[in-house]
Amino acid sequence: MKPPTDTDTLTAPADATTVENPAVGIDQTAGNFSYKVDYAFDAGTGLSEDTVRYISSVKKEAPWILEFRLAALKKFFSMPLPTHWATKDLEAIDFQKIRYYLSQGQKPKRTWDEVPDDIKKTFERLGIPEQERKFLAGVEAQFDSEAAYSNIKDIVAKQGVIFVNSTEGLREHPEIFKKFFGKVIPTGDNKFSALNSAVFSGGSFIYVPKGVKVAQPLQAYFRINAENFGQFERTLIICDEGAEVTYMEGCTAPKFSTSTLHSAVVELVALKGAKIQYITVQNWANNVFNLVTKRGIAHEDAEIKWIDCNIGSRLTMKYPGVVLKGERARGEVISIALANDGQHQDTGAKMIHAANHTTSNIVAKSISVGQGRSTYRGVVHIPKHLKGCKNNTECDALLINTNSRTDTYPAITVRGDKNSTQHEASVSKVSEDMIFYMQQRGLTEGQAMSLAVNGFINDLARQFPMEYSVELKRLIDLEMEGSVG
Amino acid sequence: MSATTLTAPTTLTGSFTPAAFAAHLASLPPSLPTWWLDRKRAAYARFAALPLPSRTDEMWRFSNIGTLTLEGFTLPGAATTVPHAPIGIPKAAKLVFANGRLFSRQVLSPELAARGVIVDTLQNALVKHEALVREHLLAQPPKLGSPKFGALHEAFLADGAFISVPRDVQLDLPIGIFSYALGATAAVFPHTLVIAGENARVSVVEYFGSDSDDSAQFAAGANDLYAGHGSQISYIGKQDWSHRALSFQSNSTVVRRDARVQSLNLHLGARQARHESLSQLAAPGAFSEMLALTVAEAGQEFDQRTLQIHQAPNTKSDLLYKNALRGTAKTIFSGLIVVDPDAQKTDAYQSNRNLMLSDDAEACSLPGLEIQANDVRCTHGATSSRIDPEQEFYLQSRGIAKEQADELLTFGFFEEVLNRLANDDLHEALRTLIQTKFKK
Repeated sequence: MKPPTDTDTLTAPADATTVENPAVGIDQTAGNFSYKVDYAFDAGTGLSEDTVRYISSVKKEAPWILEFRLAALKKFFSMPLPTHWATKDLEAIDFQKIRYYLSQGQKPKRTWDEVPDDIKKTFERLGIPEQERKFLAGVEAQFDSEAAYSNIKDIVAKQGVIFVNSTEGLREHPEIFKKFFGKVIPTGDNKFSALNSAVFSGGSFIYVPKGVKVAQPLQAYFRINAENFGQFERTLIICDEGAEVTYMEGCTAPKFSTSTLHSAVVELVALKGAKIQYITVQNWANNVFNLVTKRGIAHEDAEIKWIDCNIGSRLTMKYPGVVLKGERARGEVISIALANDGQHQDTGAKMIHAANHTTSNIVAKSISVGQGRSTYRGVVHIPKHLKGCKNNTECDALLINTNSRTDTYPAITVRGDKNSTQHEASVSKVSEDMIFYMQQRGLTEGQAMSLAVNGFINDLARQFPMEYSVELKRLIDLEMEGSVG
Repeated sequence: MSATTLTAPTTLTGSFTPAAFAAHLASLPPSLPTWWLDRKRAAYARFAALPLPSRTDEMWRFSNIGTLTLEGFTLPGAATTVPHAPIGIPKAAKLVFANGRLFSRQVLSPELAARGVIVDTLQNALVKHEALVREHLLAQPPKLGSPKFGALHEAFLADGAFISVPRDVQLDLPIGIFSYALGATAAVFPHTLVIAGENARVSVVEYFGSDSDDSAQFAAGANDLYAGHGSQISYIGKQDWSHRALSFQSNSTVVRRDARVQSLNLHLGARQARHESLSQLAAPGAFSEMLALTVAEAGQEFDQRTLQIHQAPNTKSDLLYKNALRGTAKTIFSGLIVVDPDAQKTDAYQSNRNLMLSDDAEACSLPGLEIQANDVRCTHGATSSRIDPEQEFYLQSRGIAKEQADELLTFGFFEEVLNRLANDDLHEALRTLIQTKFKK
């Protein structure tokens, strides 16, 4: 079991009465907190220029980063919520009731008894070790993985790999990271990337030198003790010419979080001939808005592959993208979404072809259970005067119950007669014949349904690392329980 | 009209000023019912108040907004001649409109008239069949992003076609409707209303044309098809406006229990043409087949938006839109299948195929699904590519020159849609029309 990197268990809830936190006393409406010693590591609730200046000063950042943050904040305030195409549910976010930065020593405390039963049950079913359970549930903010972490860190450090958090990356290695920071995803890309740019903390900065192939996947959780944030994490991975790396974030266990907004920015840069594979398993609690911007740039002959699995959260909006900048670059998005009652998984992919002979592939599968809603949104863009570009998109949706919902909104633009795209989507339910066949072999309806759903995503789940796919299967069994009949 | 519309900025109304509207109202026959005139006034007020589409308008995504204009058009006078009608097939009846006025007609056979079939002008129908017109004329909501142009159509609609086929009457020959825009800056507002009673069968062929390919004309047209229980409607629309025209067309179809509607829209003309097609499958057993063929060339832009709404269980819809793109042409296909909750056993299909015949052409596809019932079969597909090199090679290896091979393959591309037509004469006539345009 991998604990998460992007846990935000450090963040106090908007409703501060449930935690013992010294920060609750401040004026939450005005947002103009003072720098009292008691609150030294707390930016308070609400968002203003002072919040941003505060975060920047705590992190002892260079002046250009503060300027970057302040410009982003202005951008954030000036941009409207994208509700002209996105769900109106976004309007439920109260940006002034959110804590944007809470450092070490300001962790919310919770006892094991306060952890909801369904979360405990899930831990039980997934077979998560006692120690990790407490961490995941937010009872303990620290998970001791220092040994494993330093081991891996030593191995990759010998290869010249830089693997640090965002603060350290910008402070210690500006010559490497500054060049690409905020370049793949400009601050004003969307309202939430602007928000992240203003208040980011945590996340991983990775540089893989020329020709280095990192054998074992880098997992964010190795680094959990270093800086334990995930609410507005910022990740930048640069893979130099001919290098290869696989990065994993997240965790199949549900993360019990009291914070309601998570907005990360992840930028990938694959230089000539490099390969990056980025695996995410997202399982936030059902009250979290998970609004994430992920994009990579693939140079000549490079390859970027996003494997994205969304199970948790109240609303996820995430469309991993690849800008195919160099000739023969390849982009791929493999996406699995599971939406249960009260959830909306609004996921998809973006493929921007910007050079000849670039190819992209999108395979998205979604499952809607109960009143869950899953949405696929995609953009495929092949501009003028390119040749030999190809895109393939497949979206399949499975609806389990009569009131489940699924939507598909792809947008495909092709210019010129030397490229080709194909898009196909289908919506279906689990066939009654299949269920009947399994039932007459002695399976219960629930087991049969579970098996059928696992079969539906099997070809995608196989692309996950083994332990993830095993957990994914268990998790689907769990979600499918009580969904039939 | 309220005071606000009179003072509305001219940019919102363009050539269609309050004075022009007042003149239009004054030109109408005094016999028209008051409710209709009131609706027109309300429509004008809506038109004058609504903004033009903006770049961030999701319903206009990918459309060229900058070239939309309401300026420089005139409400033309009566015509003395019309161009030659290009569809040489036998018809049961015919209405020819020039600049929104009835120009000539071929009346129904006395036998069909005696059985209750009506093919008349809207102006006459508004008086003689008031209840029927009131129930169906522009009765469906504008759901596809053009409330402003829809309101403009309603406000300035002078005359159009009214077709009603009563219960159990089945017509063998199609009814022809021709609408012409004549004059350099003419603005026209054609309308066709078709009502098929229970188990009735009717086929309508509509043609839109201009006097010259150089006229910067304006068209805001609409049609309403209402298919009663067990009826069959076949509608073929051929849009061949001037290549400098700006065209908006909004089609609305309601399909009742066990009824079947087939519509085929052929898009050839206009510099920028937006076509909105709404199909509502309102009762079990309803089937709607939506077909379109577009030959886009030079700098033409064809913007097609469709919506298939499955409101009842056991309904079926099948959409196939094919575009062939040449020159710097641009096509947009945005389609949405909506399956309402409880519309179980829906069978919906949506397909958009773009054949790229030039390096400067651009095709955008937005095929969408919104499904709220689980026991359904819904699929869609969109492809954009050039002529298959293997097929081209095969024909060449048989001694056919490359250009001819490409032409054959392109016609084959259209043939998949034309083959769905039951009427062979019509099939032949349409094929000729497309091939003529294509070879030009």
